[in-house]
Amino acid sequence: MPKRVDKIVIDNSDVIIKNWLKIVSDKKQNDYTSSISDELFQSTNREFVNVIFDSLGNGGITTELESFSERLVNLGWPLSYLTDGLQTFRRVAIDFVLSQHDKIDTDLFSIILDRVDSWVDPIINKLVNEYSGSWEHTVSLQRVALQELSAPLIPVMRNITIMPLIGTIDTERAKLIMENLLDGVIKHNAEVVLIDITGVPVVDTMVAHHIIQAAEAVRLIGATCILVGIRPEIAQTIVNLGIDLGKFPTKSSLRKGFETALELTGRTIYREDKKETIVKDIMNQLSEG
Amino acid sequence: MEIKPCVNIRQEWDIVGARQLGREKAKELGFGTVDQARIATAISELARNIYLYAGTGKVYFETIDRLDKKGLKVVAVDEGPGIRDLSQVMQDGYSTSGGLGAGLPGVKRLMDTFEINTEWGEGTEIIAVKWVR
Repeated sequence: MPKRVDKIVIDNSDVIIKNWLKIVSDKKQNDYTSSISDELFQSTNREFVNVIFDSLGNGGITTELESFSERLVNLGWPLSYLTDGLQTFRRVAIDFVLSQHDKIDTDLFSIILDRVDSWVDPIINKLVNEYSGSWEHTVSLQRVALQELSAPLIPVMRNITIMPLIGTIDTERAKLIMENLLDGVIKHNAEVVLIDITGVPVVDTMVAHHIIQAAEAVRLIGATCILVGIRPEIAQTIVNLGIDLGKFPTKSSLRKGFETALELTGRTIYREDKKETIVKDIMNQLSEG
Repeated sequence: MEIKPCVNIRQEWDIVGARQLGREKAKELGFGTVDQARIATAISELARNIYLYAGTGKVYFETIDRLDKKGLKVVAVDEGPGIRDLSQVMQDGYSTSGGLGAGLPGVKRLMDTFEINTEWGEGTEIIAVKWVR
């Protein structure tokens, strides 16, 4: 009996494909795929239905199915296109097989349902796995990329290092900041560390707490921490929150912080008449550092 | 009745989602940059409290558009353990998690109105409004 169901579907593939294409094309009108050109949509539909029948004929997952799903994942087609398409196929196939029988009892009905499910479900599983696998891959890559950007420490001059922070600070990043800061202070033998928060969108109590802790830890190993890049609106919210940042120096801009850092390490910037000598001087100092 | 934009807080990154949505709403309403920062910070505190103490909950936003004034209402709801002693929590420097303890009193100062409904064991609801000046 299951074999007969197979035969009905495969023998009448033309009709089923026609019905399926019609429903899927109708769906397109007000749908996620509406931005895709008609031509591409139709050809993809045709390919999709052929892939489905291919896997019916060969009893399971075929290499065509694999390459088809891989291609759609790469093109960024929505997963719902594929799952909707397969649900539609399930309905069309069941409808058609039922219409071929005069007398329908529950046994026959369950056999047909079983049979059609056994084609469609493995394909759906395969596609969903393929899609979620590619998402997980993307997310893990981005996490690694984010971690690389997390907490860079730049030695700008002898005894002075800068840590520019950009973006949101969460618990994990706060830990990295602390570690990199302390490692860097030891490694570069820094006396002054500038933490630049120009690029941090919101300073709430958690971020402030982590910065205070980091500054305190830096102080314990004998260096000075200067917080720079405090924008006016951030300054106001810090005051509103009632956070005490009085334990270490703070400055509005990196430039001012850097000047303070130079003072603390016993250096000053002075202007000479010839511009070239200034540039040379700075270059010398940089190469020293 | 307008649809309320809502952010579910389930993980730490949802805090960022909540405050970005809030900042967007604040910008639409015509808040200045300082008030935008205040609102974003307040949302950040409320959402972090949900994440830290209740685990899950949600933050939703309502725009208030009256004849005399406009404003943004931020509501943070959770079904967590609730707050046992409100007066203690509203004190500066009180924290059970080793933080700065400036969260809730800070939010009260950042926003214009602040209301807290909590029942020990039942959950917490915090409603805060900022008016456009």
